[in-house]
Amino acid sequence: MKKTLKLVAMALLGFSLGTGAFAKTLRLAYDADPVSLDPHEQLSGGTIQMSHMVFDPLVRWTQDMQFAPRLAESWERLDKNTVRFNLRKGVKFHSGNELTSADVAWTFERLKGSPDFKGLFQPFKELKVIDDHTFDLVTTEPYPLVLHMATYVFPMDSKFYTGTDDKGNPKDLLKKHADTFASANASGTGPYIVTQRQQGVRVDFQRFADYWDEDSPGNVEQIVMTPIKEAPTRVAALLSGDVDFIAPVPPTDLDRIRGNDKVNLVTMSGTRIITFQLNQERRPEFKDQRVRQAVVHAVNNVGIVEKIMKGFATPAAQQSPKGYAGHVESLVPRYDLEKAKALMKEAGLEKGFSVTMMAPNNRYVNDAKIAQAVSSMLSQINIKVDLKTMPKAQYWPKFDERAADIMMIGWHADTEDSANFTEFLTMCPNTETGYGQYNSGNYCNKEVDALVLSTQGETDEAKRAASLQQIEQLLYDDAAFVPLHWQDLAWAARKGVHIDKIVNVMNFPYLGDLVID
Amino acid sequence: MIAFLVRRIGQALVVMFIISLLSFSIQDNLGDPLRELVGQSVSEAERQKMRDSMGLNDPFITQYWRFLKKAVQGDLGNSYFFKRPALEVILEKLPATLELVIGATLIILILSVPIGVYCAINPRSWFTKVMMGISIVGISIPVFLTAIMLIYVFSIWLGWLPSFGRGETVTVAGWETGFLTTDGLLHLILPSIALSSIMLPLFIRLIRSEMMEVLEQDYIRFAWAKGLHRKRIWFIHALKNTLLPVITVGGVQIGTMIAYTILTETVFQWPGMGFLFLEAVNRVDTPLIIAYLIIVGLIFVITNTVVDLIYGLVNPTVKLARGHT
Repeated sequence: MKKTLKLVAMALLGFSLGTGAFAKTLRLAYDADPVSLDPHEQLSGGTIQMSHMVFDPLVRWTQDMQFAPRLAESWERLDKNTVRFNLRKGVKFHSGNELTSADVAWTFERLKGSPDFKGLFQPFKELKVIDDHTFDLVTTEPYPLVLHMATYVFPMDSKFYTGTDDKGNPKDLLKKHADTFASANASGTGPYIVTQRQQGVRVDFQRFADYWDEDSPGNVEQIVMTPIKEAPTRVAALLSGDVDFIAPVPPTDLDRIRGNDKVNLVTMSGTRIITFQLNQERRPEFKDQRVRQAVVHAVNNVGIVEKIMKGFATPAAQQSPKGYAGHVESLVPRYDLEKAKALMKEAGLEKGFSVTMMAPNNRYVNDAKIAQAVSSMLSQINIKVDLKTMPKAQYWPKFDERAADIMMIGWHADTEDSANFTEFLTMCPNTETGYGQYNSGNYCNKEVDALVLSTQGETDEAKRAASLQQIEQLLYDDAAFVPLHWQDLAWAARKGVHIDKIVNVMNFPYLGDLVID
Repeated sequence: MIAFLVRRIGQALVVMFIISLLSFSIQDNLGDPLRELVGQSVSEAERQKMRDSMGLNDPFITQYWRFLKKAVQGDLGNSYFFKRPALEVILEKLPATLELVIGATLIILILSVPIGVYCAINPRSWFTKVMMGISIVGISIPVFLTAIMLIYVFSIWLGWLPSFGRGETVTVAGWETGFLTTDGLLHLILPSIALSSIMLPLFIRLIRSEMMEVLEQDYIRFAWAKGLHRKRIWFIHALKNTLLPVITVGGVQIGTMIAYTILTETVFQWPGMGFLFLEAVNRVDTPLIIAYLIIVGLIFVITNTVVDLIYGLVNPTVKLARGHT
């Protein structure tokens, strides 16, 4: 009750402040609304988008992939295993409590206990509180990605989440598919407070009157978020003026939105790589590097991007997108049918062979169409493909079983770092360490493994980048997988809503800084 | 009458049991619910731990027995996604779906009877020919296409009607309704038209052909011979008998319409049961899927029972107790 009153009071305060130029409402339509208000329940884009609205991270990415200070004002590396952070002073949570190092330590412990996030925080030993506004992040080994991980630390209000709720459960209980306190109530330091939430229907946000970032240009007082699942309906809602901002924009509608003078389209080359993996254990032919090269040379991924993706993707020849430490500029797509045929002949397989292929049909943009295109491209080098596509819910169990000779997988590096791709997709599969968990091709190269492991403790950025680039080169030369493209990102808003300043390749729009004319 | 009802309830229970068994047994083929609950980089060991705690690793019989024990007490399990009892989640969405079905039914009733009767009485008029042509097209176009075309014409092009959602709603006695606000009614128009687009042509054609058949019958000829006024013949004597089969088909079709709400609601982002169901399938939210199938099964059983009762009232020659199935 007290909380409701407080919210009403805050809403009223916001309202009185919000007269004149400040009272702007944003009607926002994403394809889904946040699964939970608990930032640690699920590691997904949706959760982190929500976290950037209701909470604030220690540091965050800028549009050009640099680190910007948020709740952490500054930081310095003390020694190989320690980075010291200085916390911003005078920051208030939505509850009115003040942010201190104790809250950050509390949040850090909770992250280490979250099934989804604990893997990312594995390298960390502890968070040592020095005083109210200073703390150290200590890793067990030298760790290069401390700041990358700090983008995942969204301090929670430890006092607010302490105690028991009306069901007798602790308020900080972290449990999926359970009605926990933290999944329905939130107190962060972020620009917005959730005032009303009807899951799957709409979420209402109100700007936090005591938001610490007074330099933020953001002037949106209220946000009404409606999930619109169907892409054509989402576009129609924007074009008819029922909403102001939509994401994602389907590739089929890009031209229409571009041609409409009432709305703006913003696109960016994304970071999610789409690949096919060639299973060497099911298909001994794929053990031969020449056959793998033939497959890669037979797949016209530039053509796929032009024809199927309507130019709405960036053709790839490696895992790391531009801007990542491991990106190698010289690696370019290598479609060459004649060479592919020659390679098959060299391997003694010019007559070809038959394979099975599986791909999801509702996970990646145009996934099923891409798979069809690739299977017909492979028929040109006499590899006959028996293709099966299925909804993602059925696809993932099949993927875990390694149920086909060629399988599609897309990957986005949660760490926004090159090593993550290799750790999950191309390192030798090892159930004990968990490396190669998504390597359905069973590609295994000891040299690559050794290089990845060496980068994990390398804090010298230049040296580390050199190793990561060497890995990409090795995978390229070895045709370890069939690279297709990085999916582009697109957002659209009506004119006057300046989304171009707040969107980024991570797809976490910083709505707190959004300006509406 | 009472014997009929008792037997009907008995039949309904058997149907419900079979639905629960069927929907429970398909869950293994729906996919892995864990995939939608955890991030992609979570380790397999961690996943197994969670499957164990959710009881997903137990044998089928154990899981089904556990479900059945709770189900007879009205507990169909908790939705993985909404984290609340599945039944509660569905019942909350029921008003939205029913209002959509009511809207579509009204359109069908108001339009199909006059048009159908007109076409039967004036089989050669140009209006009849146009109507018959349109109805063929109407039956052949899928609902989602009609829906998208409606959105493009009325929301984007003309800008008259809202493109998605339910708009403003008010709660009256626990029922969240859009009937009482202008905004809510405006939001209802396009989805109702889209949903009725499949059934309306069907009903026009049904009423037309039934009526034409009735008009050929002897008692109508006698009525003409007796010199009754033509309006009396058409609207009292003929129409009454025309409506008998229409009621039977109509009752079944209203059930089918609930199935069509899945498509309509998805296109219009209408927050009802159908949309919820499709989302649940995508998320492998098994408890919600099962609860939906059971509720919809129940609605089918209820509408069919009601139709049988009405049939008995309209046509006294039907004896309910002896039954006719």
